[in-house]
Amino acid sequence: MAPKALDYESLNENVKKVQYAVRGELYLRASELQKEGKKIIFTNVGNPHALGQKPLTFPRQVVALCQAPFLLDDPNVGLLFPADAIARAKHYLSMTSGGLGAYSDSRGIPGIRKEVAEFIGRRDEYPSDPELIFLTDGASKGVMQILNTIIRGEGDGVLVPVPQYPLYSAAISLFGGSLVPYYLEETANWGLDVNDLRHAVFQARSKGITVRAMVIINPGNPTGQCLSEANLREILHFCYQENLVLLGDEVYQQNIYQDERPFISARKVLMDMGPPISKEIQLVSFHTVSKGYWGECGQRGGYFEMTNIPPQTVDEIYKVASISLSPNVPAQIFMALMVNPPKPGDISYEQYIRESKGILESLRRRARIMTDGFNSCRNVVCNFTEGAMYSFPQIRLPPKAIDAAKKAGKVPDVFYCLKLLEATGISTVPGSGFGQKEGVFHLRTTILPAEEDMPAIMASFKKFNDEFMDEYDDHRGYSRM
Amino acid sequence: MAPKALDYESLNENMKKVQYAVRGELYLRASELQKEGKKIIFTNVGNPHALGQKPLTFPRQVVALCQAPFLLDDPNVGLIFPADAIARAKHYLSLTSGGLGAYSDSRGIPGIRKEVAEFIGRRDGYPSDPELIFLTDGASKGVMQILNTIIRGDGDGVLVPVPQYPLYSAAISLFGGSLVPYYLEETANWGLDINDLRHAVFQARSKGITVRAMVIINPGNPTGQCLSEANLREILHFCYQENLALLGDEVYQQNIYQDERPFISARKVLMDMGPPISKEIQLVSFHTVSKGYWGECGQRGGYFEMTNIPAQTVDEIYKVASISLSPNVPAQIFMGLMVNPPKPGDISYEQFIRESKGILESLRRRARIMTDGFNSCRNVVCNFTEGAMYSFPQIRLPPKAIEAAKKAGKVPDVFYCLKLLEATGISTVPGSGFGQKEGVFHLRTTILPSEEDMPAIMASFKKFNDEFMEEHEDHRGYSRM
Repeated sequence: MAPKALDYESLNENVKKVQYAVRGELYLRASELQKEGKKIIFTNVGNPHALGQKPLTFPRQVVALCQAPFLLDDPNVGLLFPADAIARAKHYLSMTSGGLGAYSDSRGIPGIRKEVAEFIGRRDEYPSDPELIFLTDGASKGVMQILNTIIRGEGDGVLVPVPQYPLYSAAISLFGGSLVPYYLEETANWGLDVNDLRHAVFQARSKGITVRAMVIINPGNPTGQCLSEANLREILHFCYQENLVLLGDEVYQQNIYQDERPFISARKVLMDMGPPISKEIQLVSFHTVSKGYWGECGQRGGYFEMTNIPPQTVDEIYKVASISLSPNVPAQIFMALMVNPPKPGDISYEQYIRESKGILESLRRRARIMTDGFNSCRNVVCNFTEGAMYSFPQIRLPPKAIDAAKKAGKVPDVFYCLKLLEATGISTVPGSGFGQKEGVFHLRTTILPAEEDMPAIMASFKKFNDEFMDEYDDHRGYSRM
Repeated sequence: MAPKALDYESLNENMKKVQYAVRGELYLRASELQKEGKKIIFTNVGNPHALGQKPLTFPRQVVALCQAPFLLDDPNVGLIFPADAIARAKHYLSLTSGGLGAYSDSRGIPGIRKEVAEFIGRRDGYPSDPELIFLTDGASKGVMQILNTIIRGDGDGVLVPVPQYPLYSAAISLFGGSLVPYYLEETANWGLDINDLRHAVFQARSKGITVRAMVIINPGNPTGQCLSEANLREILHFCYQENLALLGDEVYQQNIYQDERPFISARKVLMDMGPPISKEIQLVSFHTVSKGYWGECGQRGGYFEMTNIPAQTVDEIYKVASISLSPNVPAQIFMGLMVNPPKPGDISYEQFIRESKGILESLRRRARIMTDGFNSCRNVVCNFTEGAMYSFPQIRLPPKAIEAAKKAGKVPDVFYCLKLLEATGISTVPGSGFGQKEGVFHLRTTILPSEEDMPAIMASFKKFNDEFMEEHEDHRGYSRM
């Protein structure tokens, strides 16, 4: 019989080309082992609550009340919920079209988009237009929407940092475009060199690719580096000269673990640069409730903000968003609470600040513990995690290890990570999933395991790594740095 | 300066081709009028809670507790939550990877997929495999995923019923495929004639299109007809003969308003037909928490179930799902509750049954009220709403009206619906948004306005229609039926 539509050979080729290592080979192997009863520490994805981080209390109180508005009529409600949570629930319910069970506007609830705009205005000190802010089921869905809008075919290229969060490579494959890599420099703290950017664009164009957009991830994933204001200006100048749309993935803007380079948004720098640039560069900025100190990954809440995008294009993006009717309403309320948290004087303020600080300060300590821990291991070099949620140590694999990997039919870092998993239960993502320079290997782990578990985890890693290096090291040389 | 990537002329052409009338011209005009202070009755989308339908109490209690699990430790929790809701919340929380804030498995929480499989098994009398059930952020996202997997290019056609819910035409445009329409016969209660199907396929093939899949919407949207078992057998035979994957949109399976044709799933009929057919036809079935008597549209919860799909293809679909990490977790719990509602003897059973019956019986009455109301209007003919949530009356526009529409630069049914909107505030979707035979016009409204509002709404429509027909009729003839 002729092949059927859903037989493997008949599928959309773009689907087959997609790779997404974060939930790829290592994760699948870890899941198998978990089913067999082995204790697995999942550090493969930035999923704080799965590793014991507690949700902030106030937002959960508000959303619980919004899910069960009949509670507001119960005389006993004040026994379980503080008055400010009750008031906020009423406030957000009044903005919906009929509670959490009604589709909202396809761009998100207008009152909440307004609160997001006000947040951006306070953060950047430039007004933001709610009409240009669309709420989405997580930032990833927004990124995919915008890339799908830009990519017309394989002749269209998108500049993506390497190492990168593989959402970008996966989405570009899925939409049939071309990924144009620009390499971050590990020895310069994963810094960005505009000359590398120029070179990348030149090479792409010589292959007949039209480079249309540039992605920056700030703070970086998996690399964690925070862009300086000077960096951002350089990047914006470059986009202006080369006629590129800038996509600013800023989902980790609340995860900053050093004080030299606080977060500064691409939009603020753009506005600071004044006309004509500030009116010319097409910029889309992304944010989420999944990261920061909220870590509400499972709720799937995000937004994108458009700057200098023509109204006709905004309409087209709206039109496509409307096919899926609306983003989920509970997460829209989480977004509002995130941009509009309890203020001094509010009943819940003290608890909110205590919980938030607790998480952020712990993340800062864990970033340091992990970096130092990796740097104390043989053949391992690790840049400090300046921001985001990951550690990305370089593993200098000896030639014997690389041979063994080849014999096993595995990419070298996959080989190392599988052995790490089998020996210790630590499930990481091999660096090859993010892209790296030829012959240089990494793994990505999160800094999310609980502080009390960290010493044991780092000790477990060190023991495995010592044994691995003993087995494969022959003191003749290391993988190239 | 050269055009920028997000300038209108530079966008992905497939995006520009997309049309989605449910939130199109009429909706935008209605929103404008609403901003100007006019009272609008939005009957353009199946959004029950926006029209006053109350959420079922038990699921909201459970999800509220899951959002705020610290409540479970509060000694006062039993004062405002029943014991069975508390127990269920603990049950679902135990199935998560860290509460509602943690990404779940990209296919959905395994324990909930198991509950869905058990539901399907009870419903159809055949076992269902949880590994072949993927939870999604609403059924629409699942439909889009599957279509994107099937469509390789514009040479690939998908058979879609006309009139159809425009998710299908929009998604096919977006993914660059070809829509192959098969017309439902209004005079035969929107029935399906196999000869029309054969003809549609023949025509498509003669244009060089490879017809790959067929969509059925059962009960139909906007048409409401319920497929008989005989119909489903015919359709399945046809798919077998023509080598088509079958996509069964069954989101309205709980909305049945007549007793002659109860809902029967495509999967049950397929299994009943036995081998070889039952092992050969590739079937994907879709369901949701948005419709039925739950109406939880804003939560965005759905699933698709795959039958006879090869393992490698399932892996590809999983891979693409993993890019978005996971469907939202609260809606997965709604899905668990929907397939596993309170049972006789449970504390909340009586209330659950009373609320559910209340909604379903009212929908049945409203289906009748609306159909009869439309049929009592001049030049309006309306098939009975056998199922789903819509009424789709045919408006026999006189030639003068059609000319007036042309002069105004509007499609005739858009012209009629805009005038209806301006006169009465009733916001509908013109039939052209769904597809119809040439020269035949309809509008779609929902049966969701509350029962007490219905008489006034139907009277308002009748008055407008009488005046419109007075103005435009010249007693010389009607638009062709």
